[in-house]
Amino acid sequence: MSLLEVSNLKVRFETADGIVNAVNDVNFSVEEGKILAIVGESGSGKSQTVFAMTGLLDHNGSATGSVKFEGVEILNLSNQKLNKIRAEKIAMIFQDPMTSLNPYVRVSDQMTEVLMYHQGLSKTDALKQSISMLDSVRIPDAGNRIRMYPHEFSGGMRQRVMIAMSLLCRPKLLIADEPTTALDVTVQAQIMQLLSDLQKEFGMSIILITHDLGVVAGNSDDMLVMYGGEIMEIGKTENIYSKPTHPYTQGLMSAVPRLNDSEERLITIPGNPPNMMKPPEGCPFSPRCNYSNDECSNVSPILSNVDKGDHFRACHIEIEKIV
Amino acid sequence: MSDQTILQVKNLKVNFDVSSEGDMPWTKPKKLQAVNNISFTLNAGETLGIVGESGCGKSTLARAIVKMVPAESGKVLWLGNDLLSLSDSETRQYRKQIQMIFQDPLASLNPRMNIGEIIAEPLRTHYPKTSESDVKLRVSDVMNKVGLLDNLVNRYPHEFSGGQCQRIGIARALILKPKLIICDEPVSALDVSIQAQVVNLLMDIQQEMDLALIFIAHDLSVVKHISTKIMVLYLGNMVELANSNEIYQNPSHPYTQALISAVPIPDPNIEKNKELILIEGDLPSPINPPSGCVFRTRCHKAKEICSKEKPNFIESSTSHSVACHFHD
Amino acid sequence: MIVANKKKIKDMAENFSESGAGRSLWKDARIRFIQNKAATISLFVLLAIVSFSFIGPYFAVWSYEQIDWNAMGSAARVGMPSIESGHYFGTDDLGRDLYSRVIQGTQISLMVGVLGASVAVIVGTLYGATSGYLGGKTDQIMMRIVDILMSIPYMFVLILLLVVFGRSIGMLFIGIGLLSWLDMSRIVRGQTLNLKNKEFIEAAKVTGVSDFKIITRHIVPNLLGIVAVYATLLVPGIILAESFISFLGLGVQEPSTSWGALIKEGSGTISYDTEWQLLFPLAFFVVSLFCFYFIGDGLRDALDPKER
Repeated sequence: MSLLEVSNLKVRFETADGIVNAVNDVNFSVEEGKILAIVGESGSGKSQTVFAMTGLLDHNGSATGSVKFEGVEILNLSNQKLNKIRAEKIAMIFQDPMTSLNPYVRVSDQMTEVLMYHQGLSKTDALKQSISMLDSVRIPDAGNRIRMYPHEFSGGMRQRVMIAMSLLCRPKLLIADEPTTALDVTVQAQIMQLLSDLQKEFGMSIILITHDLGVVAGNSDDMLVMYGGEIMEIGKTENIYSKPTHPYTQGLMSAVPRLNDSEERLITIPGNPPNMMKPPEGCPFSPRCNYSNDECSNVSPILSNVDKGDHFRACHIEIEKIV
Repeated sequence: MSDQTILQVKNLKVNFDVSSEGDMPWTKPKKLQAVNNISFTLNAGETLGIVGESGCGKSTLARAIVKMVPAESGKVLWLGNDLLSLSDSETRQYRKQIQMIFQDPLASLNPRMNIGEIIAEPLRTHYPKTSESDVKLRVSDVMNKVGLLDNLVNRYPHEFSGGQCQRIGIARALILKPKLIICDEPVSALDVSIQAQVVNLLMDIQQEMDLALIFIAHDLSVVKHISTKIMVLYLGNMVELANSNEIYQNPSHPYTQALISAVPIPDPNIEKNKELILIEGDLPSPINPPSGCVFRTRCHKAKEICSKEKPNFIESSTSHSVACHFHD
Repeated sequence: MIVANKKKIKDMAENFSESGAGRSLWKDARIRFIQNKAATISLFVLLAIVSFSFIGPYFAVWSYEQIDWNAMGSAARVGMPSIESGHYFGTDDLGRDLYSRVIQGTQISLMVGVLGASVAVIVGTLYGATSGYLGGKTDQIMMRIVDILMSIPYMFVLILLLVVFGRSIGMLFIGIGLLSWLDMSRIVRGQTLNLKNKEFIEAAKVTGVSDFKIITRHIVPNLLGIVAVYATLLVPGIILAESFISFLGLGVQEPSTSWGALIKEGSGTISYDTEWQLLFPLAFFVVSLFCFYFIGDGLRDALDPKER
């Protein structure tokens, strides 16, 4: 049994200008101890997928489908029941650590609160564990620093504090929503290295959401590519990078400038990201796809198997024409 | 690309006065050295990439060149004229030749003006006698160049996507046919597929108009792709300057080496087997920079001399300069 | 090899929407304003009151200063509101027609409010925008002047001026105008400071646009939203100030009148069974103020800077 099984997940928002189908029939699973990367650009629905799972959707959003964590359905649970799962089983870290931490409360209080609420520890025990966790995330002089306020830490340090907070209750699944996008590249390398080490030490699974193909390459076992609220391709990271079988994945790989390559011109994907208020008929990528035909613009493709077992893609065009 | 030097920056220094919390109103504010002794030259049609992380001073440098922030000392020689010694009105005529595009595509456009007016503004400012029909023609011309359809002239910025807004910004920068465009993180806020479009567009226009570019970014991959030569900054100081390929193949400064090693490459085989050079610690405070070499507090090669003597920026090989006592 | 598909791009571009004219932010705001029922109804009610003050006199039988000798002194018995006598709203204690006096009061009060607010808006906006944009020592000095003026006890000075220089509409304007632009300048300065750092202002500076043009073309249009909101909230404030002055007996000179003066008279005679003398002017006063507040609220929501 997988740690997390997502089936037929749909998320829609009711806005003043109409209904937005942010996530359209998404299916995937996460195994224990594995890292799944979700890659996508604006409007792909990658963040809304995980928000739906953890009950963080805006009030005008609604989710349908099934999300099973350790075999138990958690989608649309009441806040009361979800709070038991949050932090203890599933933890989340966000892009901007400044807004995720309460600027008026000391770090020590924010961390001990988690332990005291979820594990009923006393303040002294909670403080001890918090300091030891700050050590694990390599914050120097943790014993003293823990008494500081969030704004007294640098961006990279704050993200480490976030990570430490999220791991306090040893969750089985850590969801990282663009954890390093706002950080400098050297700090990003430190943080990703840290996450990788912690993952080996604590054995948790990670869902890593990002738009950075380099980060995905170095830090994930499996990956799924989203566009316009749907999954375009899903499979083992190595396989997808060596042989992208979906036109969008291919386009992304070619559009990224590489340090180790000196092509004259980047090969771009023409057009703009989809307007989720009026999504295209059929395959969401068809308006920008160079291979698309009539069927693509009318019928939404379903995920079909590519040769290597766990590799799936959603595309009408034969693989031979693309690869 | 020609050998004609159009811009020469010499020993540029920019300081800011900062007062820290808890200071009395009469205490002298401390000096923050945002840009410390930067020099470089730029030829027509060339692209200089400036990379560095937060607090390295790259944005301040860009703004000092166009006199948006006052410089403490140094020279900015544009076609031989030192801009810093000119008055505001004297500088004005040179503003036609140096333009700028910004990081946040939407915020760089006035939300109350339609894009036709936005793009036409530089033209109307410097050539107020241009007839309406000529203005329309020039606007339409430059819109086509950046890939925007004519019939969008009356639209407002908020009706466009990020990538399109950036194109509008580029069109505005192009209308006066400048010789240099300073790009301050122009693609950082855009999606990957759109980044590629904008980068290609800039390179195409550059070739067509023999335009020089100063491209500031923190994404080394993008910078390397578009630049002829790259300058690496750390805490307001130049640490390395070389041609793009050279910087990648033979980085000499420990910081550059760490920077390059940190850039994730979209290739699992390379990434998973990479030997990461990690820089530990935090960026030192620019109000109180380390003595001697500013990078020494985080450098794995640092020795005693690094805290005593600030390394000079010297040419280690042809067109490759480094500031390090122990460079490779 | 991936090759750009020109036709596809053209199709996508045309999908952009058919009409050539753009959807400016003012249009968006107008739509949002209309959706706010309280604000729209208030707008109509206010317009009705304003038209009443123009058209009303054509239906009046008596002028606002004519004395009906029948009713004088015996307003409680004879001066009741009635259609036959021509006193639609009744009479006041001196036998003057309340209908015409209420119209007169409406004209005066609205004029003082709107004109006063206009002056405050124009002076305050220009002062605040300039101070905020120029920054540095100029800004400090300009704002300290505002602070000093603000610390003057408003009512006290106004009363002093009116007593010393005599009561007149002109004096009223000067007194109110002198001090009501201060708040506006503070608000505008704050907004300007906010705008000053936006990238489109930087872009204009790099292009070489003159400071004057930057203030007028880039800063002021982006201020209008907040200015409009506070202006509509200024009007009731000024009307209230004027009403209070009149209530104290220092307002417009007889026989001219304003809501405040009428309310003063009306509240004085309340125990004599002549409720209409208070109720009519009070009703106009209260309804108008409410309308201004609702409109101000509606404007604020409509122009909310959460653009996009």
